[in-house]
Amino acid sequence: MSAPADHRSHAPHATRPAGNEDMSSTVRAFEAYGDGDWDDIAREAIGEERIVVNMGPQHPSTHGVLRLMLEIDGETVTEARAGIGYLHTGIEKNMEFRTWTQGTTFCTRMDYVAPLFQEAAYCLAVEKLLGITDDIPERASVIRVLMMELNRISSHLVCLGTGGNEMGATTVMTVGFTAREEILRLFEAVTGLRMNHAYIRPGGVAVDTPEGFTTQARAALKNVRGYLKQLTDLMLANPIFKARLTDVGVLNLAGCMALGVTGPVLRSTGLPYDVRKDNPYCGYETYDFDVPTAQGADCYDRVVLRIEECYQSLKIVEQALDRLDRTEGEPVMVADRKIAWPAQLAVGADGQGNSLEHIKKIMGTSMEALIHHFKLVTEGFRVPVGQAWQTVEHPRGELGVHVVSDGGTRPYRAHFRDPSFNNLQATSVMCEGGQVADVVVAVASLDPVLGGVDR
Amino acid sequence: MSDVTPGGDQHAVVERPEEATRLEVVEVKRGMFGATGSGDTSGYGGLVTPVAMPGPSQRPYGGWFDQVVDILAEVLEEGTASGGPGFDDAIEKVVVDLHGAESAEAPQAELTLYVAREHLVPVCQALRDDQDLRFELSLGVSGVHYPHDAGRELHAVYHLTSVTHSRRLRLEVAAPDDDPHIPSTTSVYPSNDWHERETYDFFGIVFDGHPALTRIEMPDDWVGHPQRKDYPLGGIPVEYKGATVPPPDTRRSYS
Repeated sequence: MSAPADHRSHAPHATRPAGNEDMSSTVRAFEAYGDGDWDDIAREAIGEERIVVNMGPQHPSTHGVLRLMLEIDGETVTEARAGIGYLHTGIEKNMEFRTWTQGTTFCTRMDYVAPLFQEAAYCLAVEKLLGITDDIPERASVIRVLMMELNRISSHLVCLGTGGNEMGATTVMTVGFTAREEILRLFEAVTGLRMNHAYIRPGGVAVDTPEGFTTQARAALKNVRGYLKQLTDLMLANPIFKARLTDVGVLNLAGCMALGVTGPVLRSTGLPYDVRKDNPYCGYETYDFDVPTAQGADCYDRVVLRIEECYQSLKIVEQALDRLDRTEGEPVMVADRKIAWPAQLAVGADGQGNSLEHIKKIMGTSMEALIHHFKLVTEGFRVPVGQAWQTVEHPRGELGVHVVSDGGTRPYRAHFRDPSFNNLQATSVMCEGGQVADVVVAVASLDPVLGGVDR
Repeated sequence: MSDVTPGGDQHAVVERPEEATRLEVVEVKRGMFGATGSGDTSGYGGLVTPVAMPGPSQRPYGGWFDQVVDILAEVLEEGTASGGPGFDDAIEKVVVDLHGAESAEAPQAELTLYVAREHLVPVCQALRDDQDLRFELSLGVSGVHYPHDAGRELHAVYHLTSVTHSRRLRLEVAAPDDDPHIPSTTSVYPSNDWHERETYDFFGIVFDGHPALTRIEMPDDWVGHPQRKDYPLGGIPVEYKGATVPPPDTRRSYS
């Protein structure tokens, strides 16, 4: 604002019409309401009006496209509701129009932070329907366990990293993602991809681990261990971090049970419920590991638990690597050639594909193998009529898969009970009565991944 | 296991005497490729394939299944004094899926109770509250649409877990298409709140007594229920290198 302009505004304007000179009619005189107390005036101005703040679906601290509707009174959240559906892509519907094998390609895209769990759960369910649960080769189960536990670590690292970032602790995020990178490199070596693997298939896994994988994995695990130590040091003793998380987002055991909340949130109440122990699959009963629990049932305990679970997963991964060395060269796919793809897949220059020797053989020497290959890949195998339910311990809780077959080559229905979907129901209980800043922390401790929530 | 050869013996899959004595035919399929109207050049057009879900199992079911069914029967019979349903009224049939295992002791064996829809809530209550049953954790509801299962088109499947006893159980409830009502279980299992909303959203099953039965995944003003079998996938053809690839829901289906 310049002085001449100021000056001009006070001067009578030459061009102003005479009729507008009297401004008093348009300026309302100030009138105090009530007895003139400013508190009463403020109260009257606001009245009974509720302040409803819409947080998300495009918000950096809602962990994805989660929409939170918060009714607030000052800084206190009086009511909180979660709105979902912004990432619904109809994966379950799509799976009904693809073969049973192609199903893994779809379900891996649900919870994209922990893709291997959906694949494993889906394949275990399909194997139940096929009646081949006991025929899965040991090496395939070992690889599944190895991949799932690596994935558990990488998923927890994302949870801790983004959770830290949402509170403003950027270093936590960079350390978490750097550590995750080590694991993604291992995934890339085995499956050819960093996410959306479609690696676990009904009957086993798509391809054996590459040469020298166990050595590479052991070296990577050493680094991961180092990063985990860094994360522990950065978070657990930090007074600001503790102040933000302790006694925030508390959900007790009864609340968890009633709302069906599982995973680290349930274990933070002291109940050691873990599907890997409760109803073992993939041979988890043969691995030596503990189920860590805590007593505080708050966000801080969940962070401690997730770090502790990473160490337990490392323990399982090491045992699985030893078994991989022991079972070198054994099959990774069920022996039944009516289910196992006839192809000998290999990781090629373009990610992964058929091995050249196999193509040479079926194209050059065996018409029957070619026909069989063509039928099995385009048409797919048939699955007996019936339904099956399989749960696995997902990093976020219990992941359930319900598959129904009508005897055809496609799933009649495939339903995924995603733990994030269920756990988000606890948002209201965990956030109401706290502050707006606590909402971010509480939601981060649930660790929802909206791809899995909305499917 | 059954023969799953592509194009193999279609009837092999329904012959499972060790599991089922009576089969529930939910659909009869004709032909092989899901195509009608064109000339049958394949010779598979005359193929008739009944789709039969496993029927009721015979005692003994094996494993802990007998015990759970017995206790449930006992609890329900005790409840008849206060107006509850009897076991025979509430439970339509008991199905054991062995999934290729020798006996129900195997971890892959599964127990399904088909519950009459009007008695669903008392059955859930008994399963949750009795100390010998204690199915305290509900892992949600999933819907299945069987358009050919006349009078029982819409199924809601409840997955219950007993953390106390390490057991899993499935409840299945059916409702006809023209009266798609099933009582809500949220009073027993609050965790089913969103799952029932999801099943309503995708299948149109109305859960009576649900606190706020609204759509959860689809937009509020969406028309139709997308996971029903009569709802198209809505795919569009894709052109690639001069060829047109049809959308997946119009490709041959190898029924």
